[in-house]
Amino acid sequence: MITEKFKKGIWNDVINLRDFVTNNITPYYGTHDFLVGPSEKTKKLWEICKEATQEERNNNGVRSVDTETISGVSSFKAGYIDQENEVIVGLQTDELLKRAMKPFGGFKVVQKALSEHGLEPNKDITALFTKYVKTHNDGVFDAYTAEIKKFRSLGFLTGLPDNYARGRVIGDYRRIALYGIDRLIESKKADLASIGGPMSDKVIRLREEVSEQIKALKEMVVMGNYYNLELNRPAQNAQEAVQWTYMAYLAAVKQQDGAAMSLGNVSSFLDVYIQKDLEEGIINEVEAQEYIDQFVMKLRMVRHLRMEAYDEIFAGDPTWVTEAIGGMFSDGRTKVTKTSFRFLHTLYNLGPSPEPNITILWSYSLPQNFKDYCAKVSIDTSSIQFENDELMRGVRGSDDYGIACCVSYQELGKSIQFFGARTNLAKTLLLALNAGRCEFSGTEMVKGIPAYTDEYLDYDKVMANFKIAMKEVARVYNDSMNIIHYMHDKYYYEKAQMALIDTNPSINIAYGIAGLSIVADSLSAIKYAKVKPIRNEEGLTVDFKIEGEFPKFGNDDDRVDLLASAAVADFNNELKKLPVYKDAEPTMSVLTITSNVTYGKKTGATPDGRDQGVPFAPGANPMHGRDCNGAIASLNSVSKINYNDSKDGISNTFSIVPKSLGATEEEQIENLASTLDGYFSRNAQHLNVNVLNKEMLMDAMENPDDYPQLTIRVSGYAVNFVRLTREQQLEVITRSFHESM
Amino acid sequence: MYCHNPDTIENSGGTEYKIEDLVKLAIKMKPYFGKKGGVTVSGGEPLLQAKNLIPFFKRLKEEGIHTNVDTNGRILNNHAKTLMDEYADLVMLDIKHMTEEGYLELTGKSCKETTFNFAKYREDSGKKMWLRYVLIPGITNKPELLHAMGEHFKNYNTIEKIEIQPYHKLGIHKWEALGWDYKLKDARENTPEELEEAGTILKKYFKEVKIN
Repeated sequence: MITEKFKKGIWNDVINLRDFVTNNITPYYGTHDFLVGPSEKTKKLWEICKEATQEERNNNGVRSVDTETISGVSSFKAGYIDQENEVIVGLQTDELLKRAMKPFGGFKVVQKALSEHGLEPNKDITALFTKYVKTHNDGVFDAYTAEIKKFRSLGFLTGLPDNYARGRVIGDYRRIALYGIDRLIESKKADLASIGGPMSDKVIRLREEVSEQIKALKEMVVMGNYYNLELNRPAQNAQEAVQWTYMAYLAAVKQQDGAAMSLGNVSSFLDVYIQKDLEEGIINEVEAQEYIDQFVMKLRMVRHLRMEAYDEIFAGDPTWVTEAIGGMFSDGRTKVTKTSFRFLHTLYNLGPSPEPNITILWSYSLPQNFKDYCAKVSIDTSSIQFENDELMRGVRGSDDYGIACCVSYQELGKSIQFFGARTNLAKTLLLALNAGRCEFSGTEMVKGIPAYTDEYLDYDKVMANFKIAMKEVARVYNDSMNIIHYMHDKYYYEKAQMALIDTNPSINIAYGIAGLSIVADSLSAIKYAKVKPIRNEEGLTVDFKIEGEFPKFGNDDDRVDLLASAAVADFNNELKKLPVYKDAEPTMSVLTITSNVTYGKKTGATPDGRDQGVPFAPGANPMHGRDCNGAIASLNSVSKINYNDSKDGISNTFSIVPKSLGATEEEQIENLASTLDGYFSRNAQHLNVNVLNKEMLMDAMENPDDYPQLTIRVSGYAVNFVRLTREQQLEVITRSFHESM
Repeated sequence: MYCHNPDTIENSGGTEYKIEDLVKLAIKMKPYFGKKGGVTVSGGEPLLQAKNLIPFFKRLKEEGIHTNVDTNGRILNNHAKTLMDEYADLVMLDIKHMTEEGYLELTGKSCKETTFNFAKYREDSGKKMWLRYVLIPGITNKPELLHAMGEHFKNYNTIEKIEIQPYHKLGIHKWEALGWDYKLKDARENTPEELEEAGTILKKYFKEVKIN
């Protein structure tokens, strides 16, 4: 047994991956010179994958769908790309890029997605789900109040996971490799035995959940058998460790189709096995890289069946296979290993790609060679993002964590989160100016806000009303979240992922806001200039006349930046007062994904001078073109939002033209690494980095076939630029591309 | 004749800033400077304002910020000397041309010796300096000129490196926008071979040659 060769620790006695990695890791401080190109096998496989993805693009975004099978961990037999060249095997279905039906989130969604491609589900399945089986979506709408429905349909709450799977739960996929499934079942059985009466709701639910987890583990063994893999036992070498870990993830994406299904932080764990095999001469560097290339290739081929409307909030068919790489241990050692480099290197061996969503956990203490390589990869591919390891580790407490979706800390195997999409804070501000009525329909949303009659907006009056609006919106938002997660647990429980997490983990509920920079600029305009609302005959605001100048978010000007950070704190405080299902801890993010475009459409003119329908800036970004004091001033503004008020993450997407980073590659690398050091030293949390010229994007819009792999970071994730709608492409192009630091 | 920031040439105009405001701005940016970053004053010709730069650099030094002057070396008055001796961590000196005629042709000013005297002054002070040189095919990129520059400076101890800026045409639109005649319109950019050749020559004389 290979496990005998590892340094012992408490991981031998209890399921504890952190302890295993801490004890057995080989930190790496060297350069990227050891890296090698793709193997012949990898090249052959990738050619097939590229052809298949081209077919997918040509076929309206979907290559094929299985309409006969309800997807589960063991419902599909083995599938291969080209078996003789695959060193890491496993597909979600029996065929490359064939999508599967996962109807427990909502059957109507599956029907809709299929009908958009001229397909329909097998008749027996339709009968089952229309007559007998209830889904998450059915459950939520049974419980939704009229008030929640109103907030949802008028665009105050958008993108809620009430008709698709919530995602965000990260299974600790390393567990199967280290322990084997037999041991995991044994441990879950012991947990189940220890959960006793009195039989409250809570206890009954937990017993049922653990039983479901055990069933999922048994199904995983069956899934492994289809591929002749003995997943019941621990992995014995590097190839198996990669394979077993992938199988664990594969089980999750067969059973669930959550919006974001992150991978966690597997690279340095896998490095322990790879390092051992290399030291013993069992494999060489080509094979080590081959395992990682092929693993990553498989992750790039993960697909879910989505309806077209889904594209509005999550554009470009993302899956968020987020892998967190780097960071530091609490004891001061780095978590960077050679396999951290190998993962990044797939972006050269296989070319740029949005998935897996590679996220660098940045610390000023990271080895300089690693920092430089990350900067190089970022400049060359615009495919990776950076998050502040010092900050998250310090505030949230663990050094063994992954990133759920885009920016959300999640301790691995110990905690999960309930995804809550976001509320439209800009529209909430408009409630304050319209006596609590929706600015479009005039529908009364919130009681207790007096009609505004003054000719000019008064900052204090607006703020007082805005606070009432925030409080009420938070209340309705919280109601909807509690219903959604109650029902998701009941009808679409993530049994495969939860089987790889401690029983009864801690939970944070992940609320979110959109439109922060609009709120900040609007409040700034009201405070520092004179803003006159223009009202229609119903008394609703349709436009605003601004007299005079006002400071705008994104220019490192405290007068407005502090308005932004206060709005975040205020809304978060309202949310924190409310009771949450399963006693989850409320946290909030400033993140939009790509819904900033659709949010814009659903929001009337705002007091900052933004016209009705104009897209919001993504995440916590300053509004397009208003951050005109250079890149650093823009970064400094965003860094003032306090992570403690927004512990689920603060997304900032930053685009810079290559020449403003420096004339030579060496200078660009040095400047990007220094920029990241600087930004994160100010306790900023997240940075998406795009290093590219606008002209290239414009060319890609006209000639998409020339840019099949062009990748761009949008908001906490990356997309294939050519898979965005034209509207979304135009929005990306209007964003600020910094031409000076 | 080829300045890429022609909008900064005029001695009048511009926006006035208070020194303390500039210092505050620099402090805000300090975390981003990394190991090599800092404040560089350039232009136009920053030493035209040498007197005002003294208190500015003094404040920057108090804040632990690296200071740098990017100059053509044509001004060497007492203020400039004080600034360089006491407050400028680095001087980046632009060597326009190695011959009197060439210098006059490019800059409209005579006496390349002024720049050489400036370099000598910095050398004698024992403080760090970089040379910069714009490489224009047929005008400044000639082997005999590069050898001449190497010979002139090879014994200088304070020169850390020479930065070669290959001539590019990116600034032309700015000249046109200012309604000025861009006199170097016919000059072309260097070929990769020409750049390499120039680099090879300069490496014989300088510790570090960087081609931007």
